[in-house]
Amino acid sequence: MATFSNETTFLLGRLNWDAIPKEPIVLGTFVVVAMGGVALLAALTRYRLWGWLWREWFTSVDHKKIGIMYIILALVMFLRGFADAIMMRLQQVWAFGGSEGYLNSHHYDQIFTAHGVIMIFFVAMPFVTGLMNYIVPLQIGARDVSFPFLNNFSFWMTVGGAIITMASLFVGEFAQTGWLAFPPLSGIGYSPWVGVDYYIWGLQVAGVGTTLSGINLLVTILKMRAPGMTMMRMPVFTWTAFCTNILIVASFPVLTMTLILLTLDRYVGTNFFTNDLGGNPMMYINLIWIWGHPEVYILILPLFGVFSEITATFSGKRLFGYSSMVYATVCITVLSYLVWLHHFFTMGSGASVNSFFGITTMIISIPTGAKLFNWLFTIYRGRVRFELPMMWTLAFMLTFVIGGMTGVLLAVPPADFVLHNSLFLVAHFHNVIIGGVLFGCFAAVNYWWPKAFGFKLDVFWGKVSFWFWVIGFWFAFMPLYILGLMGVTRRLRVFDDPDLRIWFAIAALGAVLIAVGILAMFVQFGVSIMRRNRPGYRDPTGDPWDGRTLEWATSSPPPAYNFAFNPISHGLDTWWEMKQQGATRPTSGFMPIHMPKSTGTGVILAALATVCGLAMVWYIWWLAGLSFLGIIAVSIAHTFNYDRDYYIPVPEIEATEDARTRQLAQGV
Amino acid sequence: MTQKRKFAGLPWLALAFPLAACKAEVLAPAGDVAARQRDLLVTSTLLMLLIIVPVMILTVIFALRYRARNRRADYQPDWDHSTKLEFVIWAAPLLIIITLGALTWVGTHLLDPYRPLDRITSGQPVASDTRPLQVQVVAMDWKWLFIYPEQGIASINEMAVPVDRPVEFTLTSTSVMNAFYIPAMAGMIYAMPGMETKLNGVFNRPGEYKGIASHYSGQGFSGMHFKALASDEAGFDAWVARARAGGGTLDRPRYLELEAPSENVPPMSFADVDPQLFQRVVNMCVEPGKICMAEMMALDAQGGTGLAGTMNVQRLTYDKDQRRGTRAPVLGWEPFQIASFCTPEDSARMFGKSPELTRTTVNMTPLRGHALTPPKGLFTPSQDNAVTLLDPTRGQAQKF
Repeated sequence: MATFSNETTFLLGRLNWDAIPKEPIVLGTFVVVAMGGVALLAALTRYRLWGWLWREWFTSVDHKKIGIMYIILALVMFLRGFADAIMMRLQQVWAFGGSEGYLNSHHYDQIFTAHGVIMIFFVAMPFVTGLMNYIVPLQIGARDVSFPFLNNFSFWMTVGGAIITMASLFVGEFAQTGWLAFPPLSGIGYSPWVGVDYYIWGLQVAGVGTTLSGINLLVTILKMRAPGMTMMRMPVFTWTAFCTNILIVASFPVLTMTLILLTLDRYVGTNFFTNDLGGNPMMYINLIWIWGHPEVYILILPLFGVFSEITATFSGKRLFGYSSMVYATVCITVLSYLVWLHHFFTMGSGASVNSFFGITTMIISIPTGAKLFNWLFTIYRGRVRFELPMMWTLAFMLTFVIGGMTGVLLAVPPADFVLHNSLFLVAHFHNVIIGGVLFGCFAAVNYWWPKAFGFKLDVFWGKVSFWFWVIGFWFAFMPLYILGLMGVTRRLRVFDDPDLRIWFAIAALGAVLIAVGILAMFVQFGVSIMRRNRPGYRDPTGDPWDGRTLEWATSSPPPAYNFAFNPISHGLDTWWEMKQQGATRPTSGFMPIHMPKSTGTGVILAALATVCGLAMVWYIWWLAGLSFLGIIAVSIAHTFNYDRDYYIPVPEIEATEDARTRQLAQGV
Repeated sequence: MTQKRKFAGLPWLALAFPLAACKAEVLAPAGDVAARQRDLLVTSTLLMLLIIVPVMILTVIFALRYRARNRRADYQPDWDHSTKLEFVIWAAPLLIIITLGALTWVGTHLLDPYRPLDRITSGQPVASDTRPLQVQVVAMDWKWLFIYPEQGIASINEMAVPVDRPVEFTLTSTSVMNAFYIPAMAGMIYAMPGMETKLNGVFNRPGEYKGIASHYSGQGFSGMHFKALASDEAGFDAWVARARAGGGTLDRPRYLELEAPSENVPPMSFADVDPQLFQRVVNMCVEPGKICMAEMMALDAQGGTGLAGTMNVQRLTYDKDQRRGTRAPVLGWEPFQIASFCTPEDSARMFGKSPELTRTTVNMTPLRGHALTPPKGLFTPSQDNAVTLLDPTRGQAQKF
């Protein structure tokens, strides 16, 4: 165990030279990251990009740019989370036959905690939020979200949380508790140093962002739909985004409160979750899963929407059973609140309680199954084009059913009694999160990339990435199912039984294949950017896939104002109908467009919140107090900023639209 | 034998054999409870495959048949609804889930870890006079303590039971949450500090099985496993005799030494054990002078101790030694505890029989509120418990 001290000084709290980890692996990582960072900063300075970044991106309130920044954040954090995964795979195949492997428990226990936290909070969440941010306003024919400044602020709060979490790698330590930090292990008695505090403050800062962005998108969908777009004419992706944001708004406050109670236990000595003095750790576990189970659906629902859009588009056919799809989504939303206890059947709840929660969990598989059938019958009597997004969708359909099946299996309490906490469980949730959420994100990136940047992604490297990912996934996680059936539990660092090793070796091979898939994906991005002006890549039409929903009605990339005129919806698949009826694009009669102005307040507030969080982690009270006052002062000052909007003048709109007219004429 | 016949011919078996060969203990257990859990697992899987397999096959068939190049395939771009199909796609999963739900309801109740066993194995019910073997389990940092109250012995990281005799485990933990799991015997159950859980199981085949901690508990978690020995009665008696001959006493001071964190602890045994020890662990009062939880709750149930409760405090040291760097919260004060009030006779009564601990009598006397106005109408209290009420004729509180 690392040496640490909780002696505090006024100036630096408990931060001192000993807090810097001296392990060679961490130091090596630090050197590489530092060199990369310095190189990046130098390049930005050399090419004088700072001003451009600040004006065009960091302070932008444009939902499209914020959406892209969310996804960039997710991809960067994905590399960190995946590095953790590779390290675990290596340790688990190494530490056999008396070997301790190459990671001590202090380091290894941080890695699996960080892997879970980062993959859920800083990869899957930003990815999903980014997609919703980019697509939803376009799909409902809006020019931005309801609260553009709040959107920018939410994004930077998420970045702040990510920064706090990443800082733990090089200063201090991260939690060694597992990704949900169950007390009493996460209490002050068993996690006395900064690890759990990093966890708490990282999630609290990011959680503010998530909650606010949930409110923002919810209001956007309710209030900013194009004329004629009733709820039952909304594209399915928007519907799923709507339900997801309801879940976010209703469940994230629970997480926030739970973490506040844990914070009080750790900082001021309350006894909500302690062993003694009337504390009850099981209450934490109930509370955290009351957030945690809806969280699972927060992640997967938007991707169900993505798959619906993609299946309909690439089958050249209306989505089968639109209303049944919508009702299925709503059912899942409601039911997701009635199942949390299935995460701890083994805590001795009693047979009736366990069966109730087991059966409610199974009931969720009915609407989910209906969705799967709906996609199936969308393909039926369609004309399926096997473009990359459709390939990811088919891979999802074949992978996700297995994950769904093992999920229902784990919902049978007696089966859960033998499989809970085992590698079978680990395999199950990776099966649904990778096979559902991640495959969905990749499908979405391949699908909407041309919309966001005006050119398609390279197909060859996309296929390389696809096949390595899919095959790598099966290699990496099927052995874990088997290990789970052999009674191997999760989070183990060393093993005695040599018979297990072969399965860990296969899983490690799978992880390597996935690594190649990830590499190929970045190559795909690079190659496509370099070839963006070639005919096969460039998308002058704005509608490269023969799309159906409104986002394809505008140019690629869309202008700042999205639509020169508010589109009017007369039914489902608005853009498809417009194309069928030969609607023409208006080229004159423009009016000035009212738009929100960029502001740096979001960046400043989030920076202050990050400093405040870090100061709280290290007990630097003066800094925490000062930055908290700073947050309040800046927030108040921002309310006096009346210079928040502007009008895009008609000549500018005319110029943009004329350019589009010329581009369309060339493209055809 | 009967197990095998039951599943003969099922395709699952083809899958299970290679897995059993690689020690898939969950699929080939040695205890009846685990075997029934496995049966339910297999049945549920087969039931779900009824719908999963057709979906997977249809996905591939449809994707191939309706590929864009196949111009002969039917193409109906506006076909998006069919009431018959919609009915089927909601009804088919529903039927499966109704079946599975029924199985779950029955299975969960039959295989509830708290439920005393009613059979040793299929066709062999538990005789009415059989008493299950009592084993008390304490999850420590990072080792397992087993106390055999009837035999009066204890052991660390090794336990033994006779085959075909029901075993009732009573579990708790000293520090953090953990889970007790012998994959070959029965499902897992959590062991939690200050709480007591139960698990009923039985071994049907003699052998040496692995027992594991299946909930992450910190640094030494990987090494926290134990040997579970199942043998005939004679073998078990020999194991007990060996422990008795081995010497050593597990009393409260020894326990406090033992609960300090240690990793990869080799098995050891104790010839004698404090009969109150397990109850004290559950009630978090192994340390001398600390009030037990049950006692405190009994006091609280009677309205608390008032001022006395603030006077008898001393520093909370219950789990100090096996904490990992104990200190007070930075902005709070050191946790305190209430010192024990009770006489040795009280303690003896409290620890004499454990079931009584959980059934503390509830004081039904109404709360005394001297200055409160009594409720009127429907809620007017009966004369019996109106002793604390204002006397309406005098306009002042009655004296007691």
